[in-house]
Amino acid sequence: MTEAIHVDALVKTFGPTRALDGLDLSVRTGEVHGFLGPNGAGKSTTIRILLGLLRADSGSARLLGGDPRHDATELHRRLAYVPGDVTLWPNLSGSEVIDLLGRLRGGLNTKRRDELLERFDLDPRKKGRAYSKGNRQKVALVAALASDVDLLILDEPTSGLDPLMEEVFRQVIREEQQRDGRTVLLSSHILAEVEALCDRITIIRDGRAVETGTLADMRHLTRTSIVVGLAGPATGLDTLPGVHDVQIHNGTVRFDVDTAALDAVLRQLTTVGILSLTSQPPTLEELFLRHYDRTQADGEHQTRVTR
Amino acid sequence: MNSLTGTRALARLALRLDRVRLTVWVLGLAVMPMGTAANYLSLYPTEADLRAVSAVLANPSLVALSGPLFGVSIGGLTVWKIGVTEFILVGLMSLLTVVRHTRTEEETGRLELIGATVVGRYAPLTAALLVTALANLAIAVLITLGLLATGLPAGGSLALGLATGLVGMLFAAVAAASAQLTQSARAASGLAGAVLGGTYLLRAVGDTGPIWLSWLSPTGWALHLRPYAGERWWVAGLFIGIAAVFAIVAYRLVAHRDVGAGQLPQRLGPAEASPALRSPLALAWRLHRGLLLSWTIGLALTGAVMGGAAAGIGDLQSPNQQLTDILTRMGGSNGLTDAFLAAIFGITGMVAAAYTVQATLRLRQEESSGRVEALLATPVGRLRWAASHLVFALLGTALLLAVAGVAGGLGYGVQIHDVGGQIGRLLGAALVQLPATWVLAGFGTALIGLAPRFSALAWAALIVSVLLVELGALFGLSEWIVDATPFAHVPKLPGSAFTVTPMLWLTAIALALGAVGLAGLHRRDVPVA
Repeated sequence: MTEAIHVDALVKTFGPTRALDGLDLSVRTGEVHGFLGPNGAGKSTTIRILLGLLRADSGSARLLGGDPRHDATELHRRLAYVPGDVTLWPNLSGSEVIDLLGRLRGGLNTKRRDELLERFDLDPRKKGRAYSKGNRQKVALVAALASDVDLLILDEPTSGLDPLMEEVFRQVIREEQQRDGRTVLLSSHILAEVEALCDRITIIRDGRAVETGTLADMRHLTRTSIVVGLAGPATGLDTLPGVHDVQIHNGTVRFDVDTAALDAVLRQLTTVGILSLTSQPPTLEELFLRHYDRTQADGEHQTRVTR
Repeated sequence: MNSLTGTRALARLALRLDRVRLTVWVLGLAVMPMGTAANYLSLYPTEADLRAVSAVLANPSLVALSGPLFGVSIGGLTVWKIGVTEFILVGLMSLLTVVRHTRTEEETGRLELIGATVVGRYAPLTAALLVTALANLAIAVLITLGLLATGLPAGGSLALGLATGLVGMLFAAVAAASAQLTQSARAASGLAGAVLGGTYLLRAVGDTGPIWLSWLSPTGWALHLRPYAGERWWVAGLFIGIAAVFAIVAYRLVAHRDVGAGQLPQRLGPAEASPALRSPLALAWRLHRGLLLSWTIGLALTGAVMGGAAAGIGDLQSPNQQLTDILTRMGGSNGLTDAFLAAIFGITGMVAAAYTVQATLRLRQEESSGRVEALLATPVGRLRWAASHLVFALLGTALLLAVAGVAGGLGYGVQIHDVGGQIGRLLGAALVQLPATWVLAGFGTALIGLAPRFSALAWAALIVSVLLVELGALFGLSEWIVDATPFAHVPKLPGSAFTVTPMLWLTAIALALGAVGLAGLHRRDVPVA
């Protein structure tokens, strides 16, 4: 089996709100898949459907070859989940929660648990009510990562963690990736995190997947920023297809160019004579913002209630 | 900015948040004395009736339950019948209100949000006390006016209204202090509630034995203010003095602590879970055990006190026929003692049902807090999860009733030298209540499964049942209305014949409701906020 998660045309409404509007998602076995979208795009709803907690109105979802709702119990033995908003039992200590969740999944690796507690710098003896948001998040992370499972479903796992701990999280996930067969679905709105960890990405907005593929694929669809010093006047540059936002200042030309048009544009520039050249590859951030802007400008989407 | 800045805005917010809740409390508490007085006016029209019934009320068991009867008059009887209930309920209302607007706000972090605005250090506590004082003032005024309207003397009516309001304010102050001590709101309410329960027990023991014990208890003071029996207005000073002490302690504690912190130390938990903590049931035990333990202790004490008090009933000479009728209607037909015991266990059943509802609704609490999500993402199915909590609602109530029965049997049996016989008899009297409590568990489960946002209606079902059974006979409501409550069908043991049919019906209804609820839970989305 090559697909750990396959979601097809999933629709879920909450009263008048259409949280998922024909979502497609495909996560291959063994990959770290970034699930990227702004708040209220439908990430958590998708994950809850995958966990069998919510029932989809239409569309299909398959998880580890089973039906998320019908086979929930068997499937949950093979996955671990970190909720987006971790709440703990106020009178249970952190270690009690970690051990309980691990045992319910059929056992946890105590050596790994202790190592993770050490790395995340978490005091497991505190009671649930005494933990800060970040520490509650760590409890859920340790519980999930210390279990021996095929699939990790992480819903904005680093919200509330400090930058040091985010780095620890990234290291741990990279190690997970190296253990064979582990699949990770990482929902996030932190682009740097997704950029650093993920093999493939799905961008979701208003309950629909607007882009999916590898980071390289997506960069292909985006623009590179170029600053070039030219020997002569940059005549005809702004008329070339794929060139945008040209600014000329004392012989220095700044512009953005569609990745597909890069070759033709550079050929044109070399005929004038290049003195200096700086190019900046597109960041995921720009990619994300462009999707965001595009749909914002779209009047049909603007009126829709998002959650 | 002074330390009270923002009090008015916070008080307005609290009133806005509590507009329905407090209105219901205030109206409920205001109507009860008036209704009771009106009822007695028609029940005992002549002086002779009053004398006859008053002679009966002097017996120790009834004194332990409701306090001594101070005035042989309609007003005096009204105070006797409804006074202690009013005092307990107004205390409960006040302590819950104060904790809700202080420690709950703090625990949830909302106070932090508010505290960062222009709000003085003492403002939240002051606002909570102000709102509670307003509610108590409304109750006092409405009780006084209501009793005046039924034609009772002005002095006594004012005294009962005043006593009720003062008990409320005293427990508001107690809760203000307890809310500074603990970090969790539940523990703060628990602490103040324990003080309230303790004062009831002190008064029950003091009124039947050493009278000075009763003077240690605010619910005792309220009776000793003697509405309609030569009012002793100076007793009001006791309330004001003690309430002031608690309030001062509360303000001093606020001044010297951090937001979010308590005074009682936070204990650390174990660094590794005990090997037993490995199933949903083990988790449920952790979550329910504190509640179950405190209820067990409470019902054991109540059972023992009531059983002991029942022994005094047999000494009565030629009781008033009408009261015997009332007790018989509430209790059974074979002897006044059995009737009293049956009435007591009927009440015990309804009290235990409060635990049943509380335990059932834990299921919903686990959901709305979001904790269930992590749990249901493990191989635990939702029916298994639900069952782990419902076990406590069903079997926990059985335990509570059994404990009350055994304690009652001990208390009564020791007095009449028949421990062995009485334990069995009263255990039976307690356990027949079980199917009726299960109906409430079933109803709660049905709500959770089908209409989770309205699951608190399970409390409404309990309250309506209690009111119908307790007041239905007294107010002469039609039989079929009273029959709509599960408790109307419980055999009145000891004394009456035991019939198994209603028990089977109640159990079947409980199971059907539970099954509907579980089916709904199985189908629906989880979590529903």
